[in-house]
Amino acid sequence: MSSVVPSLSPRKVSIRVGGAAGDGIASVAETLAKACSRQGLYVFAYNSYQSVIRGGHINMQIRIGAKRVWSQGDQCDFLVALNQDTIARHAGEITPGGGVIYNKEKIKLDAAVLPQGVNDFGIPSSTIAGKYGKSPIMQNTVALGALSFVANLPFEAVKGVIIDTFKKKGEIVVNSNVGAAQAGFDYASENFKKVEFTWQLSGKKRMFLTGNQAIALGAVAGGCKFYSAYPMTPASGILHWLAPKGSKYGIVVKQCEDEISAMNMAVGAGHVGARSMTGTSGGGFALMTEAVGLAAMIEAPVVVVNCQRGGPSTGLPTKQEQGDLFQAIGASQGDFPKIILAPATVDDAFYSTAEALNLAEIYQCPVILLSDLLLSEHYETIDDLDFSKIKIERGEMVNENRNGSETYKRYLSTPSGISPRALPGMEGMMYTAASDEHDEDGVVISDVFTDPAKRIVMMDKRMRKMDTVLKNLPEPKLEGPANAELTFVTWGSTYYVVRDVIHRLEKEGISVNHLNIKYLWPFQSAAISKILKSCKQTLIVEANFTGQLERLIRQETGLSIENHLRKYDGEPFGPESVHAKAKSLLQGAKIPELAGKS
Amino acid sequence: MPTETLDIAKFKSKIAPDWCPGCGDFGVLAGLQKACATLGLDPKDVMVVSGIGCSSNLPGFFGSYGMHTLHGRGVAVAQGAKLGNPDLTVISVGGDGDGYGIGIGHFIHAMRRNINMTYIVMNNQIYGLTTGQASPTTTLNTPTKSTPEGSTENPLNPIQLALVSGATFIGRAFSGSAERMAEVMTEAIKHKGFSLVDVFSPCVTYNKINTYSWFRERVFDLQAEGHDTSSWDSAMSAAKQPDNRIATGVFYKNSMVSTYEETEPAYKFGSPAKQKLVLDQETAAALVNSFK
Repeated sequence: MSSVVPSLSPRKVSIRVGGAAGDGIASVAETLAKACSRQGLYVFAYNSYQSVIRGGHINMQIRIGAKRVWSQGDQCDFLVALNQDTIARHAGEITPGGGVIYNKEKIKLDAAVLPQGVNDFGIPSSTIAGKYGKSPIMQNTVALGALSFVANLPFEAVKGVIIDTFKKKGEIVVNSNVGAAQAGFDYASENFKKVEFTWQLSGKKRMFLTGNQAIALGAVAGGCKFYSAYPMTPASGILHWLAPKGSKYGIVVKQCEDEISAMNMAVGAGHVGARSMTGTSGGGFALMTEAVGLAAMIEAPVVVVNCQRGGPSTGLPTKQEQGDLFQAIGASQGDFPKIILAPATVDDAFYSTAEALNLAEIYQCPVILLSDLLLSEHYETIDDLDFSKIKIERGEMVNENRNGSETYKRYLSTPSGISPRALPGMEGMMYTAASDEHDEDGVVISDVFTDPAKRIVMMDKRMRKMDTVLKNLPEPKLEGPANAELTFVTWGSTYYVVRDVIHRLEKEGISVNHLNIKYLWPFQSAAISKILKSCKQTLIVEANFTGQLERLIRQETGLSIENHLRKYDGEPFGPESVHAKAKSLLQGAKIPELAGKS
Repeated sequence: MPTETLDIAKFKSKIAPDWCPGCGDFGVLAGLQKACATLGLDPKDVMVVSGIGCSSNLPGFFGSYGMHTLHGRGVAVAQGAKLGNPDLTVISVGGDGDGYGIGIGHFIHAMRRNINMTYIVMNNQIYGLTTGQASPTTTLNTPTKSTPEGSTENPLNPIQLALVSGATFIGRAFSGSAERMAEVMTEAIKHKGFSLVDVFSPCVTYNKINTYSWFRERVFDLQAEGHDTSSWDSAMSAAKQPDNRIATGVFYKNSMVSTYEETEPAYKFGSPAKQKLVLDQETAAALVNSFK
């Protein structure tokens, strides 16, 4: 039994649950995290897993705090090891004052591997669990109970989540699971010392969800009535959440034979007036690109969600990367209107998906929503999403031909570039939507004589839509004080780790601010130039090899960001490395300059 | 309904077809117009979707809503259109290269789904618009631009493939037999479920083998020979397609299979293209709470 009194900081606690695929890590972690979210605590949970169904190593990283948590953190205060391998991999990382919980009847712990001051919380889980059920998963529940005690987490809430989870399986199953958890808790209370701090539990229940769930929720709120997809990590979560919801909210949810079908179906559905969306990752998006151009050419609204993952090719299917920016910009041949946006947080993902559905119909073009594995799959506690903020905007629709004997022109050249849209089924406005270049009335112009003058009119009209988009997009803003010593630049989920680091730097008395770019196409060159020119020093943080946003900024503004921090090893940024980089810049370390600011 | 009283003109568009004189597709266009008129369809409720190729130009010549999409993808877009607004009568059209080559995956899976739509393939056993390469239905040993020594791949049998894939209406027609073709098309569009009509539509410019006279020597009508359309085995056998006897007409018809739309629970809220889009407060609150 340990006699070391844990002395961890009460503001945030990091728990790691490790084991092999199939060991039941996800449910331990989710039960714990949900319990905390129900009691007024905030949780940020990231699962580091592999592309395998059984075996391998899974490391679920849960960070708990009294205020919103912005990253999974770098440290490990408590390790729950469900297999021997986890001890070997992570025991040496545990913070002094913390401990490792494990089944000492199955797993061996050599005290030498534990850093000084780390507690050995070995439990006879097999024996304890054996009283409650035969399944080895029951040992995890015992561990959960023990963890609740030593880390002083809301155990009543943990039991509540267990009850909810197993409700459908009947009283016996519920009772044995609650019993196992209680037994683990009791064993720990009789044998271990718990941390000294106590949480101030407000008891306020908050939402606990992943980015994918937020995207799916945003689709429902935004009036999506057709979702087609092909399973692909890490986008499948959207399909899984929507599939049982279709019958409740009138949404056709269709798994297709491949991504090409998924995208083409979404274009067909969008064209006839059903708000449509599809979701995939980079490899699937690659297959969809031809139809992205189709949507743009026939001016059909459609939203494509690309949840980026480690590339290239099959790459790192279960790992984080932001490598598809240029793929999105370059998707499909030729020049055509498209909108690309990248939400930064789970909340943002909800509102942005509904926004994307509006943008698609207003501008009658494909809208690409870029998520990434970290955003899509991490769990987070957030304040209530506000559905009342969601407005449905369908753009210019016509339901009658008001031009008398004149033919309705589906692709009428207008000052905004947007042509009023008639839906199939409407009287007196029939037209054929062609992927070939066509005239204002939809008639193909590439057959008998390809008319250069008409081509110019149509190309100009379509591209003019982009000018209209630019006029109407919300401006990017600097978050933080205007004259900061350092400006962080980010896109997508890297927003999170930078917020975490900014809090630390502010506590250290350093003035920093943050430019997060959400609209990647059309690029808001003027506004972004103006902001960057006002910065003393900039650091761009992104998870890809070539610095794709950095290159895009240079391409569109001529400005070079002096400093960058890039990560492409598949793991999300930890705050330590970003903080260290920021400090080295602030302390005036010489960094080779690529090009001066104009 | 006697032809004289049919309003076929309403299914004509203002654009005259630009196919080669003598092309089988002229007949297919006329047959489709007659079939739609026979069924008393309203042009505004008809959606004709094509891929890319000579035959895929058809929607522009047809008087209804149309979509002229991507090579091999017409059947996928058509399914999306139908699922997005099931109140539309969706007819997918295209060629043998478009549908049986690049589009083969969408073809097979559409049949598995038994979505209520019609697919008319203008099968000329060659790639026309790209000037004469072999197609998936080109007869073995035929010299073409891409197979100058003769094609060495076995041609695909779309009728047997359709049977195995679960299509609930399978028909075949010959563009040179206009009246019978229009009848088969009418039956196909009327059928509730996925209906295929594979039409031999000779390419006068690039296919010098499977010509009108070549077909006239070989085609016969299944219905004239008392074929049992309810027997899958008989259909399979009739579809074997020996070189000297080519069966046309209705091979197989099964009206007992539910369409995809009939089993889709979302439709109890109506057509996705016509539903109200705003969520009420109660539903929104319930969704928020479901995550707590």
